[in-house]
Amino acid sequence: METDTIAAVATAMSNSGIGIIRISGEESIEVADAIYRNKNNERVLKNYKSNTIHYGFIYDEDEIVDEVMVSVMKKPNSFTMEDTVEVNCHGGILVINRILELIIKRGARLAEPGEFTKRAFLNGRIDLSEAEAVMDIISSKNETALKNSVKQLRGSVHRKISELRNAIIYEIAFIESALDDPEHISLEGYSDKLYDKVNELSYIIEGLLSTSENGRIIKEGIKTVIVGKPNAGKSSLLNLLVGEEKAIVTDIAGTTRDVLEEDIKMNGINLHIIDTAGIRSTEDIIEKIGVERAVQYLQDADLVIYVVDSSVSLDENDFEIMKMIKDKKSIVLFNKSDLNSEISLDELKKFLNNDVIIIRTSTKENTGMDNFEKAVKKLFFSGKIDLDSEILITNLRHKQSLQDALESLNMVKESLKADMPEDFYSIDLMNSYASLGKITGEEISDDLMNEIFSKFCMGK
Amino acid sequence: MFENNDSFVENVDVCVIGAGHAGCEAGLACARLGLETIIFTVSVDSIALMPCNPNVGGSSKGHLVRELDALGGEMGKNIDKTFIQSKMLNISKGPAVHSLRAQADKAEYSRAMRKVLENQEHLTIKQAEVCELIWEDIKDSDKIATKKVTGLKTFTGLIYKCKTVILCTGTYLKARCLCGEAITYTGPNGLQAANHLTDSLLSMGIEMQRFKTGTPARMDKRSIDFSKMEEQFGDEKVVPFSFSTNPEDVQIEQVSCYLTYTNSKTHEIIKNNLDRSPIYAGVIEGTGPRYCPSIEDKVVKFADKERHQVFIEPEGLHTNEMYVAGMSSSLPEDVQLAMYRTVPGLENCKIVRNAYAIEYDCINSKQLYPTLGFKDIEGLYSGGQFNGSSGYEEAAAQGLIAGINAARFIFGKKELTLDRSEAYIGVLIDDLVTKDNFEPYRMMTSRAEYRLLLRQDNADLRLMEKGYEVGLISKLQYDNVIKKKKMIEKEVSRLKNIKIGASKSNQDFLEKHGSAVLKTGTTLAELLCRPELNYEILNELDVGRENLPKDVIEQVEIEIKYEGYIERQLRHVEQFKKMEKKLIPDSLDYDDVLSLRLEARQKLKSFRPVSVGQASRISGVSPADISVLLVYLEQYKRKYNTNGD
Repeated sequence: METDTIAAVATAMSNSGIGIIRISGEESIEVADAIYRNKNNERVLKNYKSNTIHYGFIYDEDEIVDEVMVSVMKKPNSFTMEDTVEVNCHGGILVINRILELIIKRGARLAEPGEFTKRAFLNGRIDLSEAEAVMDIISSKNETALKNSVKQLRGSVHRKISELRNAIIYEIAFIESALDDPEHISLEGYSDKLYDKVNELSYIIEGLLSTSENGRIIKEGIKTVIVGKPNAGKSSLLNLLVGEEKAIVTDIAGTTRDVLEEDIKMNGINLHIIDTAGIRSTEDIIEKIGVERAVQYLQDADLVIYVVDSSVSLDENDFEIMKMIKDKKSIVLFNKSDLNSEISLDELKKFLNNDVIIIRTSTKENTGMDNFEKAVKKLFFSGKIDLDSEILITNLRHKQSLQDALESLNMVKESLKADMPEDFYSIDLMNSYASLGKITGEEISDDLMNEIFSKFCMGK
Repeated sequence: MFENNDSFVENVDVCVIGAGHAGCEAGLACARLGLETIIFTVSVDSIALMPCNPNVGGSSKGHLVRELDALGGEMGKNIDKTFIQSKMLNISKGPAVHSLRAQADKAEYSRAMRKVLENQEHLTIKQAEVCELIWEDIKDSDKIATKKVTGLKTFTGLIYKCKTVILCTGTYLKARCLCGEAITYTGPNGLQAANHLTDSLLSMGIEMQRFKTGTPARMDKRSIDFSKMEEQFGDEKVVPFSFSTNPEDVQIEQVSCYLTYTNSKTHEIIKNNLDRSPIYAGVIEGTGPRYCPSIEDKVVKFADKERHQVFIEPEGLHTNEMYVAGMSSSLPEDVQLAMYRTVPGLENCKIVRNAYAIEYDCINSKQLYPTLGFKDIEGLYSGGQFNGSSGYEEAAAQGLIAGINAARFIFGKKELTLDRSEAYIGVLIDDLVTKDNFEPYRMMTSRAEYRLLLRQDNADLRLMEKGYEVGLISKLQYDNVIKKKKMIEKEVSRLKNIKIGASKSNQDFLEKHGSAVLKTGTTLAELLCRPELNYEILNELDVGRENLPKDVIEQVEIEIKYEGYIERQLRHVEQFKKMEKKLIPDSLDYDDVLSLRLEARQKLKSFRPVSVGQASRISGVSPADISVLLVYLEQYKRKYNTNGD
């Protein structure tokens, strides 16, 4: 446990000049060698002396991911006093994330928050007087990480994982109750049924894993909220961005009554888009709730897209919105440019901050969208809006857990194929259950006993 | 009360309170280790009484008995002497879950155990109710313990001074039995309850709780129509429980059990009378076990089940009483009679003893170390149902460990603890002292995470060396087990090294046994991994092999056939052991570990785990809390230069 190989991003994860990924533990050099080659295309890290730095490339199979400098530090000459490799790469978030993912794929484990520091202390690198600080780091970082990881999980994914876990624990409970009470519960013909079941479960996990490539396990990306008064074209915009009809679009003001969420990728940047109900003072109770939520989302947003209906004059509702987005990074879409304008750009500018970008669009005719994309890109790369790096790490962690769960299920299948007795594969089923529980942040505790006693009637 | 006359103070080494399955093992262990030991019981006629089911063993419980035997306990030997039917359960499943279960002749079992106790040197049996423990305060800042037990007092006024006391009070403390509206304040079988000790324990600061369990009716054999039931036979070839029993000696004529079922009529009667059940009427305050539900619980909780199995089991050879397994109840006797008589074969049944529920005082076992010694009170140990468990085998296993450690405490030796990777006994005790148990704890195979290693077939290989070190296993037995280990090792490596080529005769052999022919050469070990082949079949390819004992062959086969799985578990055990070895000093104050979350701090303070491993299994303690604890322990170690490892 203390010597397995861990990896994490050591610098702040942002679109700045350079990013460093640190790998520590017995297999760190081996792991790094699996993805690094020098300019002569050789995997040579293990031959290098301690405390040396080397130029080369990170590869994903045969594709170059980045040009890097790699430092090798052999134990005890590193921060953790273990074998350590540090990959200095270009600072793009996406690149850093991809390299970290490759490292994990090659056998390192994603470090727990504060784990490098913990190892440094346990291995005697950090002075006794720092112990309190080390403990503080561990406990506070883990607390926030745990909170975020559950918060960031998409509702639909959370549901799916809960369903998977329920299905798995049911099977384990069945097997175990039969093992404990063979005279009351029989396992005859069960293994064939289980094979199909496990196949079905694996398929769902594979599905979750493939969507995770697009960051759909968690609410990843820049939190982008679309606001505007009713019928300004917000839902049309969402549909344009997503490329499919997600939101119901009608001419009737107030159609979107709740909040729709979608993740999209625009020029390699992930946006987590939230389409809100149009903001207006209303007496309709359901619509009112929608409006209140819209206001809440707006307050949490990293980026606000304010859609203005240029075909009607500005009213109380517009002024209310403009007041709310004053201190937010925002882009204003001067929409319905295909119709006659009732307001001018200058008129609008009077009520907005100077640096706000205004773009003429027609979501109906699909014009102005290229300018919109450029504007988002500019904001992102100028660092005015940024990704929460914690989110990327959470995503990686979840993916790792999903992969572990899948692997355990594969082992169950292998055991079933080899005609192994039930008591062998119920262990792997349990591992799969535990891995999935890590995603939803659940302890195993007495789940199995509870399931056995509530679902199966034990004899005696 | 009365004044005590000091001249009637008796001096012994160990006092064991209770002579049930835990008490017997505890007393025997201490006496066999040379300590003057006295066992108290409310009735000498109830030594090793089986007040509930007439069997020993069963899934995972059979493992406990095997392990107990390998450590030098008595239960395995005693059931081998007194069983009347025996079965190896789960034989169609993996070797790890094979489990022995024997029907006992209850009276014989009790008599045989009493004979062993009565003839054990250094052991005295005393019929008396213990009403009070005698203790004094101690002051030692390095210990958690603030008190020390020094003796006890009986209700009839005698004082016994001793060095250790082992509490094995079973279901007798403030016991009351319920059968419908009828409540009697007795222990099981109408035996006298122990009504005074609880107050003494409470005054020592011991936290008590109340549990409940139940038992079905016993019927007159002559009133049962067995022709309407399925007869259940024992195994043709009986395997003994004890490693020291000669297998030839247990090939006896066996007695049958019978299977019948409840039906909708039975369920209807139960449902119509639920208001007369003390549990459903809210009269029972104790928590009952979910794995051992009463028939009314089964009918209510599993309403969609059309029928439940009922096993009719003999209570012995010299009695007509039959045990009705699967239908324990606390309904009034008239309802019992009505419901039993709806079951095919029981239409005219006569109840000899009615079914009842029993409530009793026990402790919250988090007050114990994994040695089964009390954290707060030096010299005080406990085992069995008093610790919140249930079952004869669970009780016996704890009794043995409590006995061994009470003795080792007196000898000043390091006390024995088994961890979760070493034995089911380790799992049992760790669960008891590490988890909040809200119902009587029963052993189950799913509780053992390393169960592929903890098989009933290798209990001797796992534990006999420990039994020998403790002093309860003879040199001869020890030498034999070492010899066996060597033979297994040698044979496994021999099979791995014998090459089998793709010759015509070899291919013919494989075809004959429905096994795939070889593409390249292989080894005997690899062929043994094939499900359709076994050691005996491979004899033909293995010319001139040495004749090995059956139990050695069994181990060789299991080790090779399941090698991958076993190795994976061994790797997990390695990780597990690392954390078990990180000990937490008694003097550690969790209030000094500022970064622990509040919940974790409270839990750790209340459980006082002995190792980081144990701490990590306490619910409410997260992996981050464990990291914090590790850092703190390192700091502590460097500061005080103590050895945390």
